[in-house]
Amino acid sequence: MSIVTTISTWLIPCIILLVLLVGTWKKVPTYETFVEGGKEGVQMAISLLPFLLGMMVSIAIFRASGAMEAFVSMLNPILSMIGIPSDIVPLAMVRPISGTAALGMTTELISTHGPDSFIGRLASTMQGSTDTTLYIITVYFGAVGIKRMGDALKVGLLADFIGIMASIIVVSIVFG
Amino acid sequence: MVNLIWVAMAAIGIFYAMINGTMEDVNEALFKSADDAVMLSIGLISVLVFWLGLMKIAEASGLLEGMSKIFRPFIKRLFPDIPPDHPAMGYILSNISANLFGLGNAATPMGIKAMEQMKKLSGSDRASRSMITFLAINTSSVTLIPTTVIAIRMKYDSISPTEIVGTTIIATLISTLGAIIVDRIFHIIRTRRNES
Repeated sequence: MSIVTTISTWLIPCIILLVLLVGTWKKVPTYETFVEGGKEGVQMAISLLPFLLGMMVSIAIFRASGAMEAFVSMLNPILSMIGIPSDIVPLAMVRPISGTAALGMTTELISTHGPDSFIGRLASTMQGSTDTTLYIITVYFGAVGIKRMGDALKVGLLADFIGIMASIIVVSIVFG
Repeated sequence: MVNLIWVAMAAIGIFYAMINGTMEDVNEALFKSADDAVMLSIGLISVLVFWLGLMKIAEASGLLEGMSKIFRPFIKRLFPDIPPDHPAMGYILSNISANLFGLGNAATPMGIKAMEQMKKLSGSDRASRSMITFLAINTSSVTLIPTTVIAIRMKYDSISPTEIVGTTIIATLISTLGAIIVDRIFHIIRTRRNES
């Protein structure tokens, strides 16, 4: 664990050092270039705001009304049939939609079942091995103004499904 | 598709609240989430400004290009419609490496830059082939060290908080590989449809 922690604390400062030293060596006006690049960041964050707000409000309504819970319990029998443990179903369903909700669920599963239980390990693996597809699509496509998304959402959700199934199988084999 | 999902979540939620009597919760969540979204966007300013500033230096000094040269053979196969010398390659690579090391906040600005460059290449508001591939790789989350999960496990007194690193890496590999395959299949279907 200490090696992992050391690497992650050293990594960012070392990257910064490398970029600054190479920039100076190549005679780049470093500070001016930094400021120029940084200006884009302000605009980007502001232009992202409506995309994020719209998506987050819709998810919040879905979640707060209790509809999300009902939806999950409706699908529960079907998903149990293909071998997904029923405790983990809500997390598997929510993971692609809402990052904060998924993190909350993972924390809850770990605290009720214990971090070293099968469910605890499965929730940990699932949380770590997939990402919030809807958030990524909203941010990346929103920031650069892509309106027609093609197959992006379908591909992203299918990838999530593969990730969830992979987590279940891998955890069953390794810890089962 | 996104329009449909967006409306469906909100509409189903409101109808459900009518039947279930959770309208008060909906009202509360509505404005709290709007608030959260503003805070999140404002909070993004610091990381975006910092990493985009730094990456601009890396771009100007040729560091980004040098890095993409090393991994070119591998990335070229994944993104056949991006010219190998294009800056998009450098940003894609930076995004993937940042994700790999669990630097989520550095990955987002670089991912957006990569998208921007890919949009310049395609010159339309339609998601291009490489954009979909890039998104698929990102949604399947290529992480080596899931730092947040390890932190939660430590908080709940796990005997071995890092024991899930191995399973996470294997699951990530499978899901990323799966994402690339699914993306290819969809691409083949698209081209077939266009030809016929």
